[in-house]
Amino acid sequence: MTELNELTLAQARDAIHAKEISATELTQAHIEAVENARSLGAFIAETPEQALDMAKASDARIASGEAGPLEGLPLGVKDLYATKGVHTQACSHILDGFKPVYESTVTANLWRDGAVMLGKLNMDEFAMGSSNETSYYGPVASPWLPPNWSADQARAAISNGKKGLLVPGGSSGGSAAAVAARLCLGATASDTGGSIRQPAAFTGTVGVKPTYGRCSRFGMVAFASSLDQAGPIARTVRDCAILLRSMAGHDAKDTTCVDMPVPDYEKSIGASLKGRRIGIPKEYRVDGMSDEIDALWRKGIDFMRDAGAEIVDISLPHTKYALPAYYIVAPAEASSNLARYDGVRYGLRVEGRDIADMYERTREKGFGAEVRRRILIGTYVLSAGYYDAYYVRAQKIRTLIRRDFEAAFDAGVDAILTPATPSPAFGIGEKTSADPVEMYLNDVFTVTVNMAGLPGIAVPAGLSRDGLPLGLQLIGRPFDEETLFAAGQVIEDAAGRVQLPTRWWE
Amino acid sequence: MSVDQATVRRIAHLARIAVKDEDVPHLQQELNAILSFVEDLNSVDVEGVEPMTSVVPMKMALRRDVVTDHAGAAAVVVNAPQHEDQFFTVPKVVE
Repeated sequence: MTELNELTLAQARDAIHAKEISATELTQAHIEAVENARSLGAFIAETPEQALDMAKASDARIASGEAGPLEGLPLGVKDLYATKGVHTQACSHILDGFKPVYESTVTANLWRDGAVMLGKLNMDEFAMGSSNETSYYGPVASPWLPPNWSADQARAAISNGKKGLLVPGGSSGGSAAAVAARLCLGATASDTGGSIRQPAAFTGTVGVKPTYGRCSRFGMVAFASSLDQAGPIARTVRDCAILLRSMAGHDAKDTTCVDMPVPDYEKSIGASLKGRRIGIPKEYRVDGMSDEIDALWRKGIDFMRDAGAEIVDISLPHTKYALPAYYIVAPAEASSNLARYDGVRYGLRVEGRDIADMYERTREKGFGAEVRRRILIGTYVLSAGYYDAYYVRAQKIRTLIRRDFEAAFDAGVDAILTPATPSPAFGIGEKTSADPVEMYLNDVFTVTVNMAGLPGIAVPAGLSRDGLPLGLQLIGRPFDEETLFAAGQVIEDAAGRVQLPTRWWE
Repeated sequence: MSVDQATVRRIAHLARIAVKDEDVPHLQQELNAILSFVEDLNSVDVEGVEPMTSVVPMKMALRRDVVTDHAGAAAVVVNAPQHEDQFFTVPKVVE
């Protein structure tokens, strides 16, 4: 039998149900994989005792015939989900020592269904970043080797601040790296502008950003509340479908979480695309798009056509305004959400002359450079005299972006196919210029989806010239994640599962 | 639009983030890079367009105004950097 941590989540689930393996064996294999992969920096807090306790309880439920849909399956949890009594800091210094007395709804749903928690995963501080380099806990190394690197070279780079190794993307960089390195069967992630889909594309994994309101945000550290949404990263489309079914669902503790039944998404795997219409938006053919991304997109169009779908050219005219509008709306909401970190109720406190000085010093020391920058921009665009010119205008543009999508869906388009990212993964330390916008451009294809509240999935679709993973994105109608799973599976079948990197990091 | 150094200091104060003198010039540069990036939005005709307030059409849920899952005062202050009994303690505010 293959090593247990090499199984997909669905394979592990089936093996557990067939009593071929126990939850404890499966969990032990993953605990060892996590311990052997510390050099990557994917996990920032490990909970092996809790994992083994949960696995033991799973084995008891399996024995008594009470197994849940995720019984005994070890997962990683992004550090912004509140996990009772366990490290929860959104990888920020300002939340030093914070251990919540409550559990987020999404993780509670996973444990309700029998899943096992291995620990907390690295991320960009407060989910603000596209490379996991803004984390207070340092960057995560992608398990993918840089082009033409040897394993020895990579191991040497680990002890040199991971310089030259590849980023796993962000903000859910720890989640994507851990899944790609087979440290967990799947992971929770979150997506405000592309933070699930971009790291999934960079690491050859699958990531789903559900419709806004599909999953509860209760107990997730807030970044931009009108854009944030929970979702899974896993190694196959099917695994994501299984995880999302457990994560999603109504929650009275989040008034933006919808009260709609959660479909059995796994049933969409293998569904036919015959007669379905896939839209190809011409505005996504951005200036300077590289040949390999263009070729990947064309390949994706062929996959869809070969599966019986009808390809339709569409126009989403406000696409190019989505990223600039996002960089008003998201920082504005962040500046408001992050006002709560003042050194009084939780986390870091730096003493000062008086209370205002204490606030200012605490926030200076506790927030990293990118978070400070976004709070300042957000404060500026919300300040007297600029609110209408920036914030209200951006929200109007958001309405226009949503209308573009509605027009396409009203014309009969079932899903929209685009590239997931403008490039493959780049190196750690490579994009640290004085211009923050350079990093922001990573989200150019994903951010529209958050602005319009739609569901999106990133699926690996091939390799770059240099052998690095590239992903395609599918965008769906509101609450039609099922079509995304069906079409995502078509890409996975046609492109073939990505051969994930061998374990050079151990 | 772009910000000058005095504006950088003013918004940093509004955001309650201390800024060292030597950090002001590069913060100014970074903020202006972002502001110039969003400049493009001025070319969009937004006449008569409603600003988005809710990305998914939904009715705001109401519930009874009662305690739901209150974990107790001890749980509320347990993560505070400083507290006394059930109170958060802060530097003296009223002279």
